[in-house]
Amino acid sequence: MPKKLPKKDVVIIGLGWTGSILAHELTDEGLDVIAIERGPWRDAPTEFPPNYAQDELRYRIRHELFLRPEQNTFTFRNKMNQTALPIRDWGSFMPPNGVGGGGVHWNAETFRFMPSDFVLKTHLTERYGAAFLPEDMTIQDFGVTYDELEQHYDAFEYLCGTSGTAGNLRGQIQEGGNPFEGPRSRPYPTPAQKQPFSHTLFAKAARELGYKPFPQPSGNLSQAYTNPLGLRMGPCTYCGFCEWFGCGNYSKASPQTTILPLLVRKSNFTARDNSEVLHINLDRSGKHATGVTFVDTGGVEWEQPADLVILSAYTLFNVQMLLNSKIGTPYDPVANKGVIGRNFTHQTISSVNGFFDNKKFNFNPFIASGAIGMCIDEFNGDNFDHGPHGFVGGGYMGQVQTNGRPIQSASVPPGTPKWGAVWKNATRDNYLSTVKPGTGVHGSFYSYRDVYLDLDPTYTDRFGRPLMRMTIDFHDNELKQNAFLTDKFAEIIRAMGAHTLDKQYRKGPYDATDYQTTHLNGGAIMGTDPSTSAINRYLQSWDVPNLFVMGASAFPQNAGYNPTGTVAALAFWAASAIRGQYLKNPGPLVHA
Amino acid sequence: MTMRRREFLAGTAILVLSTMKSRATIISGGLPWTPDAGTPPIPVRPGPWHYFTSDEGRAVEALADRIIPPDPQTPGGKDSGCAVFVDRQLAGPYGRSEGHYNQPPFMPGTKQQGSQSQKGPAAVYREALAALDRYCQSTYQGKRFADLSDEQKDELLKNIEDEKTKLEGIDGKSFFAQVIKDVQTGFFADPIYGGNRDMVAWKMIGYPGARYNYLDWVDRHNERFPLPPVSLMGRADWSPKP
Ligand SMILES: Cc1cc2nc3c(=O)[nH]c(=O)nc-3n(C[C@H](O)[C@H](O)[C@H](O)COP(=O)(O)OP(=O)(O)OC[C@H]3O[C@@H](n4cnc5c(N)ncnc54)[C@H](O)[C@@H]3O)c2cc1C
Ligand code: SF4
Repeated sequence: MPKKLPKKDVVIIGLGWTGSILAHELTDEGLDVIAIERGPWRDAPTEFPPNYAQDELRYRIRHELFLRPEQNTFTFRNKMNQTALPIRDWGSFMPPNGVGGGGVHWNAETFRFMPSDFVLKTHLTERYGAAFLPEDMTIQDFGVTYDELEQHYDAFEYLCGTSGTAGNLRGQIQEGGNPFEGPRSRPYPTPAQKQPFSHTLFAKAARELGYKPFPQPSGNLSQAYTNPLGLRMGPCTYCGFCEWFGCGNYSKASPQTTILPLLVRKSNFTARDNSEVLHINLDRSGKHATGVTFVDTGGVEWEQPADLVILSAYTLFNVQMLLNSKIGTPYDPVANKGVIGRNFTHQTISSVNGFFDNKKFNFNPFIASGAIGMCIDEFNGDNFDHGPHGFVGGGYMGQVQTNGRPIQSASVPPGTPKWGAVWKNATRDNYLSTVKPGTGVHGSFYSYRDVYLDLDPTYTDRFGRPLMRMTIDFHDNELKQNAFLTDKFAEIIRAMGAHTLDKQYRKGPYDATDYQTTHLNGGAIMGTDPSTSAINRYLQSWDVPNLFVMGASAFPQNAGYNPTGTVAALAFWAASAIRGQYLKNPGPLVHA
Repeated sequence: MTMRRREFLAGTAILVLSTMKSRATIISGGLPWTPDAGTPPIPVRPGPWHYFTSDEGRAVEALADRIIPPDPQTPGGKDSGCAVFVDRQLAGPYGRSEGHYNQPPFMPGTKQQGSQSQKGPAAVYREALAALDRYCQSTYQGKRFADLSDEQKDELLKNIEDEKTKLEGIDGKSFFAQVIKDVQTGFFADPIYGGNRDMVAWKMIGYPGARYNYLDWVDRHNERFPLPPVSLMGRADWSPKP
């Protein structure tokens, strides 16, 4: 029998980026809020102080700050006719764990989606005709528009102090920014970061090829900043231990630097760490959540009753929680019915390494930050005519090299042996003069009928519950997109002056061992029709109106950008709907 | 005791769900900060092998020196401590695949599904190093791998890599790939873990190591960064000479 705790107004499942935003917003409304977080409390002085944060082995290779698969993992297969096997150690993505969630160890590349990304299905059908889209592609409109979200993007950027150069101010295109972005109501809160050598060289080559390079919007701050909550951040020092690491300088936007110090001082807020929510509890009608049940690391089970439940556990764990709590109809790809698990997507990443003459080029690759970079957007979304190419989608691309940490980044030209004197000499000769952009081509991943999440028939977690099963593969559309974009990207790296290129196209099948990004999306998507979406346009569950589901699980498909700007904007948007509409009259905000 | 403490340095001890570190707490009223609560890494000390037998240790030193051969400027894998690094890693959480999902059934899968082996790296090394020595002893008149000439070692390793030579009972190609990865990881990791002694690998490539501030350098383009590397332990010349 779980021990029963006193009832709260709101229980938040997972205290990462979106959990922190909702906790701040709802405590401001005067509600009594508790957040329950699976992992430990994390902060800079304890977990990543600048006297040992810069440890590549500990944080990057052995990934100290992440979830352990023994606690929770997934099974994986490419195709519906294969047997899914457990992901025994992480590979293609890295699930966060602990207070701050992915915000602790993200790069902080802080993009907005384009206006057309929110109405993708409508836009592409109007421009190219429905027959242009692959038959089994299941893309949808979001049900919310860029214009509705603009003020919430702005709120997140000002919370974070995002460094960047505006490309479109209230409809006026700005020199030096991204001309393809949607109109923004005001400039970025802080100017763009200074760019290291190879990044500026990329921008110069791109400009000469006729593109419009812009600095990547960054949550590694170009200067000291005090956010609207009164919390202060210091300038980024380009330490090069950013993504996968926590920032020891209070320079990277995270819940720790932008929200938590204020939040924990509010008398109507409590957090419990090292406590994993097992399921959301429903009353007999099945249409009303009564709270959650969680277990702490001492093995004690607790019940936390609440009037309102916010599920903010990250894409995969959101979907798993809904399946385990039997909320919403699980998706069945054969019947093409049901909603929980449908439209699961990831990202289509590739890169091109460029090798330069070491007598002429010295890049000092270790001088960098997680979200540094110069990018172009000419090949993102529908910014170019897809008619002649036979695919849809695209991505930004750029020299976004974030570090020179040698275990991961010491590179040798293609064809070099993997060991021996030739390898050693090549490593020495190329380290300072190689361009290695990491996620150089950051492509979209659209949704398909046979890419989805459900419960595994065989493997179980430590409580004996089924693991969640991922069925995911690349489709021709994404592979064509990637080949086209990677070639375009390679032209720019060549124009920078590289003598040798190593083009690393994204190839199928989807490989669960090869890190791409931790930008997983879908499975509990937002929309306007309850038969094809799990939540409405305010992220409210169609089935259980006192449950709101945050995170990229809401994306019907993934755009060619990093998700968190949009994830956070949606969180602010949902918070404002809860504050402005729901609390006055608890119940469905949209009647289907 | 030393062993336990050292496990913290690769960090994975945290996943033991019942350790002090991960006791559930209730946070309210202020940041739950206590002084000296961190877990700084504990330096690896030279000395006897923690995991390897002496034959295994010799074999791994020999492998490390072929993967990273010494040259006049930079020591090889052995003298830069790579075998010590691998030994200490295998003796710790890495060797046991600690934290991995380890529930049955164990079924063979596709390459894309990742390793489905029940064995951790420590067990893999034990079996594979024995198979390597057995192969050498039967092929090279009773000599172990460490006793072959450099040319013989290189030729054999090349053949294992190309799957022209098979080792009995183990997947030689993937084992050698793992040794390459582990040895090179030790070469480039902070010297606190036993490899990259005196930061030789970082000096070789021009990497300044654990420095944390390049604000003055971000826009000094195409200039060689002039300062020598530092490690998490500082620099030898920062410590007073005895
Ligand atoms: C290495 C890395 C780099 C990244 N870089 C970028 C980037 O540059 N730009 C970008 O836009 N995005 C980036 N991301 C993605 C970004 O981190 C996520 O989009 C973002 O954190 C999502 O916010 P969230 O609130 O949905 O989830 P999270 O921030 O992950 O928070 C979810 C929280 O819920 C907790 N939780 C899960 N299950 C339970 C449970 N059952 N009970 C209790 N708690 C639970 C988790 O422990 C976690 O703390 C990166 C991610 C990684 C891993
Ligand atoms: S690169 Fe900048 S923001 Fe990132 S960890 Fe280092 S100092 Fe912090």
